[in-house]
Amino acid sequence: MNVVINKAAKRGHPGRGRGKTSPKPKGRQVILAAQQEVSALISDLPMRRDLLIEYLHLIQDKYGCLSSAHLAALAEEMRLSQTEVYEVATFYSHFDCVKEGEEQVAGSAIGKVTIRVCDSISCQLAGAEQLIEELKSRAPKDVRILNAPCMGRCESAPVAEVGHNHLLKTTAQAVLTAADNGDTHPQIPDYTDFESYCRDGGYASLKACIDGTYSPDDIIEKLDQSELKGLGGAGFPTGRKWNIVRNFAAPRLMAVNGDEGEPGTFKDRVYLETDPHRFIEGMLIAAWAVGIEKSYIYIRDEYPAIIKILKLEIKKVQDAGLAQHVELEIRRGAGAYICGEESAMIESIEGKRGLPRNRPPYVAEVGLFDHPTLENNVETLFWVRDIVEKGAQWFAAAGINGRKGWRSYSVSGRVKNPGMKRAPAGITIKELIDNHCDGMADGHSFKGYLPGGASGGIMPARLDNVPLDFGTLQEYGCFIGSAAVVVLSHRDNMKEVALNLMRFFEDESCGQCTPCRAGTEKAVKVMVRPDWDVDLLKDISQVMTDASICGLGQAAGNPINSVLKYFPEDL
Amino acid sequence: MSEQIKFNLNGEDVVAAPGETIWQVANAHGVEIPHLCYSPKPDYRPDGNCRVCMVEIEGERVLAASCLRTPTDGMVVKSNTFKAKTAQTLVMELLVADQPARAIAHDKDSKLWQWADKLEVSTSRFPRRENGGETLPADSSHPAMHVALDACINCNLCVRACREVQVNDVIGMANRGANSKIVFDFDDPMGLSTCVACGECVQACPTGALMEATRVDKNGVDRAEEFTETHSVCPYCGVGCQLTYQVKDNEIRAIQGRDGPANRNRLCVKGRFGFDYVKHPDRLTKPLIRLDKSSKVGDIDLDPSNPLSHFREASWQEALDYAASGLQTIKDENGGNALAGFGSAKCSNEEAYIFQKLVRTGFATNNVDHCTRLCHASSVAALLEGIGSGAVSAPFTAVEDADCVVVIGANPTSNHPVAATFFKQAAKRGTLIVMDPRGTALQRHATHMLQFKAGSDVAMLNSILHTIIEEELYDRDFVNAHTQGFENLKKHIVDFSPEKMAPICGIDVQILKTVARTFATSKASMIFWGMGISQHVHGTDNSRCLIALSLITGQVGRPGTGLHPLRGQNNVQGASDAGLIPMMLPDYQLVEVDHLRAQFEEAWGASLPPKKGLTVVEIMDAIHNDEVKGMYIMGENPAMSDPDVQHARNALAKLDHLVVQDLFLTETAFYADVILPASAWPEKSGTVTNTNRQVQMGRAALDLPGDARQDWWITKEIANRMGLDWKYTHPGDIYTEMATMMPSLNNITWHRLLEESAVTYPCDAPDKAGNAIVFGNGFPTDSGKGKLVPASLVPPDELPDEEYPMILTTGRQLEHWHTGSMTRRTTVLDQLEPEAVASMSPSALAARSINAGDKVVVSTRRGVIELTARADTAMPDDMVFIPFCYAEAAANTLTNSALDPYGKIPEFKFCAARVEAVSE
Repeated sequence: MNVVINKAAKRGHPGRGRGKTSPKPKGRQVILAAQQEVSALISDLPMRRDLLIEYLHLIQDKYGCLSSAHLAALAEEMRLSQTEVYEVATFYSHFDCVKEGEEQVAGSAIGKVTIRVCDSISCQLAGAEQLIEELKSRAPKDVRILNAPCMGRCESAPVAEVGHNHLLKTTAQAVLTAADNGDTHPQIPDYTDFESYCRDGGYASLKACIDGTYSPDDIIEKLDQSELKGLGGAGFPTGRKWNIVRNFAAPRLMAVNGDEGEPGTFKDRVYLETDPHRFIEGMLIAAWAVGIEKSYIYIRDEYPAIIKILKLEIKKVQDAGLAQHVELEIRRGAGAYICGEESAMIESIEGKRGLPRNRPPYVAEVGLFDHPTLENNVETLFWVRDIVEKGAQWFAAAGINGRKGWRSYSVSGRVKNPGMKRAPAGITIKELIDNHCDGMADGHSFKGYLPGGASGGIMPARLDNVPLDFGTLQEYGCFIGSAAVVVLSHRDNMKEVALNLMRFFEDESCGQCTPCRAGTEKAVKVMVRPDWDVDLLKDISQVMTDASICGLGQAAGNPINSVLKYFPEDL
Repeated sequence: MSEQIKFNLNGEDVVAAPGETIWQVANAHGVEIPHLCYSPKPDYRPDGNCRVCMVEIEGERVLAASCLRTPTDGMVVKSNTFKAKTAQTLVMELLVADQPARAIAHDKDSKLWQWADKLEVSTSRFPRRENGGETLPADSSHPAMHVALDACINCNLCVRACREVQVNDVIGMANRGANSKIVFDFDDPMGLSTCVACGECVQACPTGALMEATRVDKNGVDRAEEFTETHSVCPYCGVGCQLTYQVKDNEIRAIQGRDGPANRNRLCVKGRFGFDYVKHPDRLTKPLIRLDKSSKVGDIDLDPSNPLSHFREASWQEALDYAASGLQTIKDENGGNALAGFGSAKCSNEEAYIFQKLVRTGFATNNVDHCTRLCHASSVAALLEGIGSGAVSAPFTAVEDADCVVVIGANPTSNHPVAATFFKQAAKRGTLIVMDPRGTALQRHATHMLQFKAGSDVAMLNSILHTIIEEELYDRDFVNAHTQGFENLKKHIVDFSPEKMAPICGIDVQILKTVARTFATSKASMIFWGMGISQHVHGTDNSRCLIALSLITGQVGRPGTGLHPLRGQNNVQGASDAGLIPMMLPDYQLVEVDHLRAQFEEAWGASLPPKKGLTVVEIMDAIHNDEVKGMYIMGENPAMSDPDVQHARNALAKLDHLVVQDLFLTETAFYADVILPASAWPEKSGTVTNTNRQVQMGRAALDLPGDARQDWWITKEIANRMGLDWKYTHPGDIYTEMATMMPSLNNITWHRLLEESAVTYPCDAPDKAGNAIVFGNGFPTDSGKGKLVPASLVPPDELPDEEYPMILTTGRQLEHWHTGSMTRRTTVLDQLEPEAVASMSPSALAARSINAGDKVVVSTRRGVIELTARADTAMPDDMVFIPFCYAEAAANTLTNSALDPYGKIPEFKFCAARVEAVSE
């Protein structure tokens, strides 16, 4: 063929003629193989934006990390921008994002097995630091050792997680053996299953609701009279909350807070691992009474056994026709304490980064997907069946020292017999230690305690006769929160304790607002110095308390304030 | 009237409108509250994350972010208490702790430093974060923007800029806590990311972490230059973004978006970074006269930086005399119709008006046209036929009220980037339906993407009309009251069921029906189209279908409804309005209607030729036929933009006398006998009319280089040498005369435009805003009704066959404008898209054993070019896309000049082509 190519000479090129054009459109292109791999995982599943975190889990579970190729393919499949996927994936600590070209390096860094060792306060008291050091020196190259926040098994400190297998009161040897044996799957504990729960009268209360024996008003009245409060930590009257949400226009949604992340708290885990249906029935009654269209059950990723149990048992409940009034969906957290904050959890359920929302509006009115939303903690719902069945008085009368109801104290630290203690509201720390925990651990004398995990401040031993309940500790600059009681002894330096808590907040701050993001980071820098700059710390604490968006930041200064106020001798 | 909210602010009783925030009320009352993550600019949602705007609300335990919080009745708010002030100051001190020292700041006068000064925070007692300060390396991977996150305060204004305002979705906030970090895509360097360089993030950043690269030195330190600012409008596309030039030493150093009606401060890469072409060394600054007429041959190739190889410099006197006398001689010897003129849609209304006036009164011919012929001529033909007006019925910003938006045959993220931002925002609220044979960036935002077979527009649209009529989803009242020809359409459309059309257009029957139902039943549906509709031999038919769709469903004349052909050039609407078309005088008065022509004859004091003139492609043919012998071309580049461009180049070479008025030695100027160096947009004042019918004021910011002159002055000088006696001394004189001839400009005076910068026409009173949405009450046709015109299936002129198996389609790229004469001489744009490129699907490349990045040869029956292949998954396997801006591989060498019979627009969007690897 004889053709003349119409080609202007380079000198006729009006551009500089220096650059080379890109062989592809802007940015990272989707690789076909990665697209097929991602598609194989999710092609049968709904392409909903809110399921992003679930799909990141599927990829992480299958490939051990999130490669850029997979993330780009997932973005394309879900019709999201790359950055939307990346910012979510990097927010949650259980996802490992790996860039192109870093696969080999990361392959060894991420390793075949990941071991997470809890370094939160109860485990630290039990020697987590030495455990981590020993593991790092002894572990083979393809085993990755990571520090991790509270795993909700504080009564069995120290705790480590090999893959998804949690080892309790563990040692380096036990951890390495499990890793070596590939013993990485969660162990399902014995629990009351659907059949035995029903044999024991379970779901009779729910049926009584559905068949009209009770009206929603009846149930809400019972709750009001029982004075049941939100046991996730906020203590808002449950009956009143149900009523508020019920009065907003449908569709109404529900979010169950099973993201029990407050260091020292493990009560929800204990209930879900032993008696899951008592919670499920409570949830179904709530959904019925409030007229909920769909309920999302958000369980932290640290509780893999519970997720399995709930999936199995909820299916049985649905098959039995007991959940026809509400759609149910279980969501798996991905390693972010902040998602226990109710509005952050809503963001996370929507498939986003877990950033707490500014309020107002409150989630009761503008919650999940901007609909009115009932958010209840697991334990709160756990009590509902008994209150319906045994009456409001049964619950309310349980309290002592002028307080009402049962509480579930997660006790850990320097006591002889730690564990989840079901005890009356208003019990004092002295009674709790002496009557429920068989006293202090040998060789430890009582010096102080965290009444409400990392957030609730530090109470001194001399205040051992204060009733423990919502509102009772306020005058001491502390609060009960989720009733995570960590008992400290004369062997514990309160400066060290406060630093441990502040490091936790620094790690778990979502980073959204300046006071908390910069405040926790700078507080740690000041607190690691041998001498605390008290004025500086007071200022940080002040601005965090007054100006943070959510409770995390607002409470993050409490450990500082408590040490300054009650333990000046430790400075 | 909604209830006002009464509350108390710092002891003063004040009122807020519903939705108004405490900060807004405070600001209105002169109470200054610091703010960093909040921008009071339009479309920026308050986020309340920086916490520097905290105020105390009586009865509340913690402080509230005033930027976000709306007051309630009786609320007592204080911004000046010790607690509030302490929090504001401590937050600032926390932020300042991590800033680079002010002496080496990227922006020494950033909002952060301004507020730090006011709060009297100059240093911080708090320890610096790790990797903070100067140690964090800057990202200078992008030619236009400097990224230095050491100054970042995580306020996420850039995230909102990128994701919510421009909806380009490149910037995110990754990681958590103190490790939170602004990222592009997967924490990629900005220059390697999907960033389209709109620069919105730079405009939003309150710290200098994101800066125009021109504003910092090589160390990333603020140059701290003092700018003179001039408000104007962007010269690139039909969107008509208002902008502010920041000028130092007669050089544009930066551009800021301005709050114009079409852009609300937004710009795209061209509007923000595309202006240094005006200072390019190739710029013509002296009149030039050709040395040797015999050097005019069709395949001539000159060096634009060295015009003296074929031209000599001349004085203006000599050049103008030569230009005018050459034209006059042809007129004297062959009559006016032996002359023709191409004006340009890049020029102002004033320039367009006097250009066509010169051709009509001085040349005595109606042979005047411009690139509208190559853009929307078919759309305008269908619109004039159907609804009596060629302009849009509603601005693109009306999508804010639309429930359903159809974008067909348009790629606005590249060609109307700022309009696209409004579409993407609308897609978050309602249904977006994209229809295009090529995948587009818009499709990710769309509810439905109909990637139909190229050229099957009428089949697809008729099946949608069929469903709407068949299922009786049309608006019976509207059809009865406002349309004619419905029964005829109904009969015609029977044969076009989705079942029959699906195999032809390649779209699933159910999707066709769903789209039909959605469009018809949405409360407000709006249609946008581009050159994918118009540049076909069936372009007018395509538009007729869209008009019918809109009319039978009554989706016109109300907020959120309407027909909107996205106009290409910055002033294609205005140039057409001004009469720069061969069959119409200003305001679309038909040349061939005696009484209409007579009005102009009287006003201009000249007799006007009674026959309509020739169009762009017809003029080229007429040159070949020895009918046209002389031309005056102002700012057009037909040697690049015409279809089958070698045909056009041969025509230009054949002319006895060609006068070209331009900034550069364009491919068209290669054939000139005289070249007159003209003014670039930032050097001139004048008005332009955008796609929304908004007449906007452009203002000069720079001096003319060398001996270059204002375009209106050059046209006037030629006119006066051809026996006219024009006295214009300023563009304002021309505008005022033009406005008296054009009822559409009633109540829109030059003075008003100077004051308001933009006024929409039609406008009912000098003190009223113009009417954005028209046809609420009938159409400007003789009957007052819209005419429904059925369309039949007409195949593209040249279908693929064994020899030429691919479909070639052409168009624009985001970075380049039209024939590239300006944008390819712009540093940033040239760096972003430096070379001719052909996009194909990865599998089409693989089938030919071509690697992305290899050179390929693309040939059609008309020509052959060589260029680089790009693998693009948006391309169908049987299609190759080539932008027409690259002179070294001019796409129009290949295109087919077959015309739509009504609009006379060539079929740029479809011809048969072959792609081969280059054999070494």
